[in-house]
Amino acid sequence: MVERRGWRVRALQLWLPLGFFLFFELFPFYWMAVTSLKPNQELYNTHVMPLIVYHPTLKHYVDLLSETNFLVWTWNTLLVATVSTAISLVFGVMLAYPLARMNFPGSALIAFAVAATYLVPQPLLFVPMADIIQRMGLGNTLTSVILTYPTLLIPFCAWLLMGYFKSVPRELEDAARTDGATRLQTMIRVFLPLCTPGFISAGIFAFTLAQNEFLYALIFLTNTSVRTVPVGAIAELIRGDVFYWGQLMAAALLGSIPVAVIYSFFVEHYVAGLTAGSVKQ
Amino acid sequence: MSAETEPLRLPAARLRVPQGFRRWAEREAVFSWFMIAPPMAFLLALVGYPFVYGIWLSLENRPVAQAGTFVGLANFTADFHDPVFWQVVQNTFVYTGAATVLKMVGGLGLALVMNQAFRLKNLVRAAMLLPFIVPTVLSTVAWMWILDPSFSVINWLLIHTGLANPGPSWLGNPGWAMTSLIVVNTWRGLPFYAITLLAGLQTIPPDLYEAATIDGASMLDRFRYVTLPLLKPVVFIVTMFSLIFTFADFQLVYVLTRGGPANATHLFATYAFDIAMSGGQFGLGASVALAMLPPLGLLIVALALYMRRRDG
Repeated sequence: MVERRGWRVRALQLWLPLGFFLFFELFPFYWMAVTSLKPNQELYNTHVMPLIVYHPTLKHYVDLLSETNFLVWTWNTLLVATVSTAISLVFGVMLAYPLARMNFPGSALIAFAVAATYLVPQPLLFVPMADIIQRMGLGNTLTSVILTYPTLLIPFCAWLLMGYFKSVPRELEDAARTDGATRLQTMIRVFLPLCTPGFISAGIFAFTLAQNEFLYALIFLTNTSVRTVPVGAIAELIRGDVFYWGQLMAAALLGSIPVAVIYSFFVEHYVAGLTAGSVKQ
Repeated sequence: MSAETEPLRLPAARLRVPQGFRRWAEREAVFSWFMIAPPMAFLLALVGYPFVYGIWLSLENRPVAQAGTFVGLANFTADFHDPVFWQVVQNTFVYTGAATVLKMVGGLGLALVMNQAFRLKNLVRAAMLLPFIVPTVLSTVAWMWILDPSFSVINWLLIHTGLANPGPSWLGNPGWAMTSLIVVNTWRGLPFYAITLLAGLQTIPPDLYEAATIDGASMLDRFRYVTLPLLKPVVFIVTMFSLIFTFADFQLVYVLTRGGPANATHLFATYAFDIAMSGGQFGLGASVALAMLPPLGLLIVALALYMRRRDG
C-alpha cells in the first residue's frame, strides 16, 4: 500500500513533469531527423501520417553534400571557431591572471569593464561594426569574423577563468617565486598547467558560442565560399519562397552534430562553464 | 677568495641595466598592466571604438557606402515619429517579458524536478541542454518547419484529432506569430535556466531542509523559506542575463518571421537590421539600435557591478 502510493507520488512529482519537459525540449530534434530522411513525395503529402518515415532515404544528405557548399561552410565554421577560441583563451588568461592574483591600481575598473563587455549583445554594435569591417576591406573574408568573435568570447573566457584561477591554491606559486622564478615563469610554468579543467570549460563554451554566432556572419559574409554553416543554410537553402526542407533539416542535423559530440565528452566542463557566472560553488 | 669572485663580477656588470628593468617589470602593478594591456587594447579597438562610432553614426545621415552628413538628433526625432518604432518598442517588451517569465517558471520547475534522485540523471541533464548548445539558427529552422503554414505537424495533429480545421497560421497571424516566437525562445532558454538553477539548488546544504522539517515546515514552507531565499542570487543573475539577451534578440525573429506579419514581431535588432542593412540607411539604423541602450545599459551596469562585487 505504502509502496504503491510512493510510486504514484514519484510518477506525479518526477516522471510526468520530466517526461513533459523532455518531450518539449527534444521533439524538434526528432522532427529534424525524421524530416531529413523523408522522400519529397512523403514530405509534401498532408494525407500521410507525418510522425514516422515510411520510405527512409538519404537523398537529402547526398544532395546537401553534392549540390551545395555545405562541406566548405563546415570547414569555415570549424576554422573560425577554433582560431577565435584560441585567441580568446590567450587574451582571456592575460586578463584573468592579474585580476585573480594581483593588486594593482585600476583592477576594479578593469574587472567592471570586462563584466560589462561580456554583457554587450552584438545587435547593439552591428551597424558601426559593418561599416568598420567594410572600410577595412575585410568584407567577405574569414578574417572579419575571426577578428570580431573574440570581442564576444574574451570577456566570457576572462570571467570564467578568473573564477577558476581563484580556486587554485597559491602555495605552488609562492614556492616558485621564492625559488627565484619571475612572475611570467611562475604563471606559465607553474600556474597555468594546474588550470587545464578551467581551459577546457572556457574553450568548449567559447567554441560553441563561436559556432552559434549568426549576426556578424550574416552581415560580413555574403560570398558562399566564406560562409559559415548557419548563414549558408539560411541564405542558400531558402531561395525566395522555395524552402529545401529536406536539405535544411539535414543541414541542421549535420551542423549540430560536431558541437553535440564535443559537448557530450565534456558535459561536466560545459555545465561548469555555464554556471560559472552565477553559482558560487 | 678574490680569484673566485673575479669571474662573477663581469656578467653581473653586464646585466645591471636589464636587471633594473627586470626588477621594475616584476613589480605587481607593472606586470599586471603588461599582461592586461594587449587584450584591453584589442577590446577597446573592437568594442569601445565601434560603440563610440555607433553613437557618431546615429547623428549622421549616412547612406551605405557614401560619406555621411551630420544631422544632430534628426534620426532620433524620426524614430520618435515613426509608428513602426513604437510598435517595435511594444513588441520587444512583450517578447522579453513573456519569454523571461516562462523561462523562469519553467526553468525553476524543471530544476526542482531534476533535483530529485533518479536513474540516468546525468544523461537526462545532458540531453536537456541540447537546445541550448545546438546552433540557434539551425534549431530555429526545425521550428519553422514545425510551424509551417501547410505542413505543420501541430496542425496535422489538430486536424486529425478534430480540435481545429484548418488550424492557426502560426507565423502568419500577428498574435500567433508573437506567441510562437515566445514559445521558441522559451524552448531554447529554458535549459540554461534549469541547469543553472539546479546547480544553485545543489549548493543548498541538506541539513537546512532537515532542520526545517524537524521544526514542522511543510514542503511549501521549505520551498518558500529555505529554497527561495538561498536561490535568490542565482535567480537574479540568470534573469538579468536572460533579460539582456532576450531584449536584444535577433536570430529567432530573423529566421522565423523577419519581423512580420505587418511588423507584428519586429524587435529592435531586426528593425535596425532592416533599416541599416536592407534599407542602406546606416545612420537611422544605428539610432534604432542605440534606442536599446537606456534599458539595456541599465541592466548591463547593474549586473556587471553585481558580478564584480561577488567575484571580482
